[in-house]
Parts: sequence; C-alpha cells; structure tokens
Amino acid sequence: MTLHDSPLAAPSMSGSSDTTTVLLCGVGGQGTILAAQILAQVYLAQGFDVKVSEIHGMAQRGGSVTTVVRFGNEVHSMVADLGCAQVIVSFETTEALRNLPYLAEGGSLIVNDEAVKPLPVLTGKAQMPHTARADLLALGASLVPSARIARTVGNAKTANVVLLGALSTALAALPQSWEEAISLKVPQKTVDLNINAFYAGRDYMLSERRN
Amino acid sequence: MNLLSGNEAIARAAFDAGATVGVAYPGTPSTETMEAFATFEGVYAEWCTNEKVAVEVGLGAAASGVRVLATMKHVGLNVAADPLFTASYTGVNGGFVILAADDPGMYSSQNEQDSQFYGQAALVPVLSPSDAQEAYDFTRDAYGLSERFDVPVIIRSSVRISHTKTRVEVREREAFAPKAYESNPAKWVMMPAFAKPRRLVVLKRVEEMRDWVETCPYNRQEMRDRAIGIVCAGASYQHVREALPDASVLKLGVTWPLPEKALRAFEDEVDRVYVIEEGSDYLTQAVKATGVTVHETPRPLSRAGELSPGAIRTAFGIEEPPHRSMRSDLPGRPPALCPGCPHRLVFRELSRLRAIVTGDIGCYTLGALPPLGGMDTCVCMGASVSMAHGFELGLKAPGRQDSAKRPRPVVAVIGDSTFMHSGLSSLVSTIYNAGAGTVCILDNRTTAMTGRQGNPANGVTLQHRTSHEIDLEAVVRACGADAVSVVDPQDAAAVRSALKEATSNGTRLDVIIFKSPCVLLERKNEPPFTVTSACTGCGVCATLGCPAIASDPETGLSSIDPVQCCGCGQCAQYCRFDAIKQD
Repeated sequence: MTLHDSPLAAPSMSGSSDTTTVLLCGVGGQGTILAAQILAQVYLAQGFDVKVSEIHGMAQRGGSVTTVVRFGNEVHSMVADLGCAQVIVSFETTEALRNLPYLAEGGSLIVNDEAVKPLPVLTGKAQMPHTARADLLALGASLVPSARIARTVGNAKTANVVLLGALSTALAALPQSWEEAISLKVPQKTVDLNINAFYAGRDYMLSERRN
Repeated sequence: MNLLSGNEAIARAAFDAGATVGVAYPGTPSTETMEAFATFEGVYAEWCTNEKVAVEVGLGAAASGVRVLATMKHVGLNVAADPLFTASYTGVNGGFVILAADDPGMYSSQNEQDSQFYGQAALVPVLSPSDAQEAYDFTRDAYGLSERFDVPVIIRSSVRISHTKTRVEVREREAFAPKAYESNPAKWVMMPAFAKPRRLVVLKRVEEMRDWVETCPYNRQEMRDRAIGIVCAGASYQHVREALPDASVLKLGVTWPLPEKALRAFEDEVDRVYVIEEGSDYLTQAVKATGVTVHETPRPLSRAGELSPGAIRTAFGIEEPPHRSMRSDLPGRPPALCPGCPHRLVFRELSRLRAIVTGDIGCYTLGALPPLGGMDTCVCMGASVSMAHGFELGLKAPGRQDSAKRPRPVVAVIGDSTFMHSGLSSLVSTIYNAGAGTVCILDNRTTAMTGRQGNPANGVTLQHRTSHEIDLEAVVRACGADAVSVVDPQDAAAVRSALKEATSNGTRLDVIIFKSPCVLLERKNEPPFTVTSACTGCGVCATLGCPAIASDPETGLSSIDPVQCCGCGQCAQYCRFDAIKQD
C-alpha cells in the first residue's frame, strides 16, 4: 500500500514530495492532541517516518490550538506551511476558516459542525463570521456533526475520534490500522466505545460522499 | 520504535546515562522533561523554587559525584546564569547536563532568546538537537562529554524540538558508579586566589574542546548541489532540508564551540555559504567570526518569530504554493481565565479601582486582556513586587507636574509559585526600604499555567515525598509587612473591601493573600447558574470575561452555557437585578 492510494491525499506541492501533512486545529481542550497521537500511531505502525508537533502552555486555556502530523518515508520539517496541508481536520468552524491558508490546492477540509464563540464574541466586542458554514461548504468542506454522532455512539467525549473516522476516508490506511492505533492510545475501558465512534464518523463520511 | 517528544527523549537519555538526580523549575516548553524523568525507577527529582536554585542543587550533586539533569525554559537560564558562569570555572565531577528550552515564536513566553549565547559567554559547550532522536543521543553522550572536559553541558532545545514527537530508538541503560568526592578548595572555592588559576583551566579547556569539536560526528557535511551551502542546526536544519532539498548543508550538532576548520572546509566546497537560524543572529555572527564569508539570503529572513520552510523558500526567491489568504473578518481567540478561576474577581476589582497593577508570570497574566484589562506591566518572574516599589518611588518623586488630584494606587499581583520563585526577595527588599503599596499574592494552591505542578506554598513535591508546606501568611508576617490578610477571592465583597482598605493608605505596605484553589485542581462542578427573565441586559456580568457567559449582541441580554459553567457563582454576585440563579 502506498500513502497516496486515496484521491483525496495528493502528494505535497512542495517540500519532500512523499510527505503527507495533516493539520488538526480547534479550541484548547477539544481533544486535538489525542486525535493527533492516534493518527501518528497509524502510520508509525506501518513503518513510516512520523512527526507530531504540538503546542502547549498559554495557547491552551480556550485559545486556538493546532497540532500538525506529518508522515512519509523521510519527514523533515515538523510544521505545516502555507498551502501545504493535504488535509485539515478542524474541530470548530471558525478555526477551519482561520487555518485555510495552510490547505494545499485540492486538499480536503474536514470540519466539526460546531461553532465555539471566543471571548471577544461572548462579550460583544467581535462577531462570528455569519456565513462560516456556507463558506466552508462552498470550499468543498465536509461538515461532520461529530458531537451528535458521538452521542448516538454513547459518549459526547468521543467526538474527536468521530472526526478521525471522517479523516480516515481521506487517507489510505485501512480501518484495521486505525482500530489498532485507537486500542493503543485510549484508556482500556473506552476502547470499544472509541472504535464505535471511529466507525460512526467513517460511515457518516462515506454515506455523505455517496449522496 | 516509539514516538517520543524531545522532552521525553532528553529525560529518557539522562536516565539511560545513569543520571540519578533531577532538578528543575517548570516552564514551557521544558516542563514535561522533569515530569518524565521523575517517573523513572531509582531517580530523585524535584521542583526547586527557581532555576538558580536548581542549577546550584544540581552543581552540588554533580560535585558529590553523581550524574545530574537540570531543566528549564530559556528565561529560566537567565535566572540560573549566575551559578552557570562560575560552574564553568569549578567544573562538575559527575556529569551535569542542563536543558535550556527556547521559545521562538513566543507561544508561551515573554520574549525570544537564544540560549546558545549563554554557552558562548560562559564557555560551556552547547549541543543543539534537531529531532527527538538527536535529543536522546546528544543528551546521553553529553554526560561523558561533561565528565571528559569537567564542565556542565547545555542541551539547547526549542519548542519544535521539545514538543515534537519523532521516532526514537533508545539504547540500553548504562550503570553509572558515582565518582568519589574529595575536598579541593582550589577547584571549588571560587575566591580570587583560586579563581584566577581556574580561569586558565577554563581557557585551556576551551582549546581542547575546539580540537574535539573538529572531529565530533554531531557536525556533518551533507554535500548535494554545491551552488548553495547552508550552515544550520536544531529545528532550522529540518526546515532547511524541507525548503531546499538540493542544497548542501553543514549540519551542526555542537553550536558552541564551532568547528572552525570544518566551516572553512565547507566554504571551500560550495559557491556561497548561508547561515539559516531562528530567533537571533548568534550562529551568523559566530560563523563570520571564523573568517567564513556569510552571504545574505536573496530576500531578507526575519529574525522575529519562528522559522518555517516557507519562510526559507521565500528568502531564496522560491514562490509559495498557491494558497488562500487569511480572512480579516475572523474574531480572535485569545486564551482566557477558566470559568470559576479564583483570579477573576481580583482583576475585576482592580479595574474598578483604576489601580496601576504590576503583574507577573502565570495564568493571571491573562487578567491583562479585555474585558478585565486589569494589568499595567508584566516583565519577568517576581518583577511585579519590585516594579510596584519602583512605581511608588517614581510617583512620589518631588517636582512631578503630572500628579493627579486622586493618585492611582499601585498594586502588585503575583501567584503563589512565582512569589516563591522570585517574589519573596523583592518583598523583603521593599519592606527593608520601608516601601508602601499593596502586594496581592494570588494563591491558587498550584503552579497552574505550566500544568499544575507542586510548589513550596502547597507542599506538593514532584515525586510526592513527605514535604513541608510553606505558610505564606507566616512568611509575609515574619518579613514585617504592615498589614497581612487572607481573603477568599471567590467572595466579591471581601475582595473589594480588602483592596479598598489596602489601597486607601498611602504609607503602609499591605499584603493580601487571595487563597482559593485553581478550578482545574479539583474540578468539582456545582450545578450551573442560569439567567432568568429578570435580566435587563445591563452587561455587568459580561465584564467578568467568563467564557461561560455570553451577551446577545442585539438585546444585550446575558446567557450562561450550562456545559462550561462550573457553578462558582462569581457572576451572580455582580448581578444587581438578582437575575442569575443556580439550578
């Protein structure tokens, strides 16, 4: 299997040509770091070079966060560059728009269909972009109601793994690899729950694409 | 093979090299290193009050003959610079490795600094890993290096090394038998009579290290297209490889001292030498000093902020791939104090007082942001207390023309851990000099911003050993503050009256200890509050900057997000219409 079996994961326009860049973004505390670790484990187990770059510290506390996962035969830089991410997985709609400059031409945009108002909006000093959903859809983004899907699976906290299920349709790795990675990275008691969440997200994306 | 962050790799390498003592003060992006080291069997690890103390404890342990790891962020090395410079004279005995984690891009810091300058200035070797595997290998070997040259060794990391997980292969752990300690005042008592001969030892060691570095395998030539030759190290190396895959590279693993002959040999091999680095011009200047001609990139590369492959490509005139531009209509998403944070009401009341607030380093620095906007300065650990004294002196200076009729009170705000780190000596200085003003110690029972580490004021140690909880109130009283009170910061009326009382007197030094645990420590959620139909849309609750409270932009009416609300009731205390009720 190669990295780029999937039409949605075209090789990078620049930089090391065989490296795939996935940018995960959201709001501090949404579970982006665990999601990134599971994604990294999928490709690590297959023998690829993998780098996961996280931002900790003051960026948390409700601020914007991004985690970058890059994998390929030999990965150099650990950051995402403008126009270089084959996939952006955003846990929030405004953050998806904020990170759009990083998306490669023809890349996929997978977005949790949820808007989280930042403090300047809550206090009335700024406004949310009212056309965010329409703008994202016009860009070809897949909007995934991951909180709703996670609740149907049994726990709203698995919304991040639902998004991984959606992401899995944009990458070449087989579902079995994802199952193994999830089993390794989530608490033992929640493995089944998270695997169900993964498949629920994956099935949602596949059925959306058929429609 | 596992994925390890640079920090985890450094901790593991120190353990595998037989280090048994770890000393640190938490600071992003270094914190997880000592947290990881502390989990290994048979090691002793502690949070010290500050980085200077850590390096001194570490130097003592190394002198006794064991291997030691000290970890800190770049600004922590400023605090530790005093012992570092003289540790270069005394040498170490057991290997002593110091991690300095830089933060180019200032993700969680007050400035950008390049710790390599410290190696150059203190004549201490600097190893600069470019991924977690090198972080492991360099740290592991740094112990032998430290003992061979009898000198501390700095591992210079940065946020993208410390916080990036890459594949790491670890080697078998080596047993390290502690070296014997014998008294040797001529080596360890750095008074002029002994330090002068040690100065010559230091200079001789520098020459020996310069010879060693010429053949050190951590510096390597990667010859590709010879038109461009790039000298680089650390994370910058990875960005260079990504941006200019065909360029020849002299990849430096040791960034002080530099391999002068290897640099000149590289210059002979390529048409033009460039130096690519982030955060400073340390390497550029150091390479120039070896006599190598360093060329400017075709387009300038900013010294500010983080480097990226795209920035390097642009500097060499390579077009960026097509991408969308950043939208200008997106609301910012700054970090904010958590719902229920015990710091919130203190800043709210300080804003009302129109106080000049000298702030400090920690979560409470977020009190500077709107809508609280309750802070005038934030510079470095402990500076709140000393700068407040300076403001008091300056505002009372004779001959000032701008003295308002109603002078603004000066209030220092500092956290419990920061107070123990550096605030205590500032407070002693203010009291000794009969300074006036108000010092607020926001005692939230933890070192919150870096991830809730223990500190002397809560008595929790890194490895949960039996400890002593330092009694802040007793310490402050013993220092001789004119008035000391302990106040619950969740009680708005108590906060208001305590601050009013303290700031109404122009000649006294008041210390208020606002004591209430960080909401993330216990996470006990009370039933959430809701806004009833009695809300008039006055907007007062929104001025608290609680992420759980929203005010409708059209009507001004408030609402509370029941998921985010932790039931603290701070907002209900401010509602004049009794419209905020607990479920």
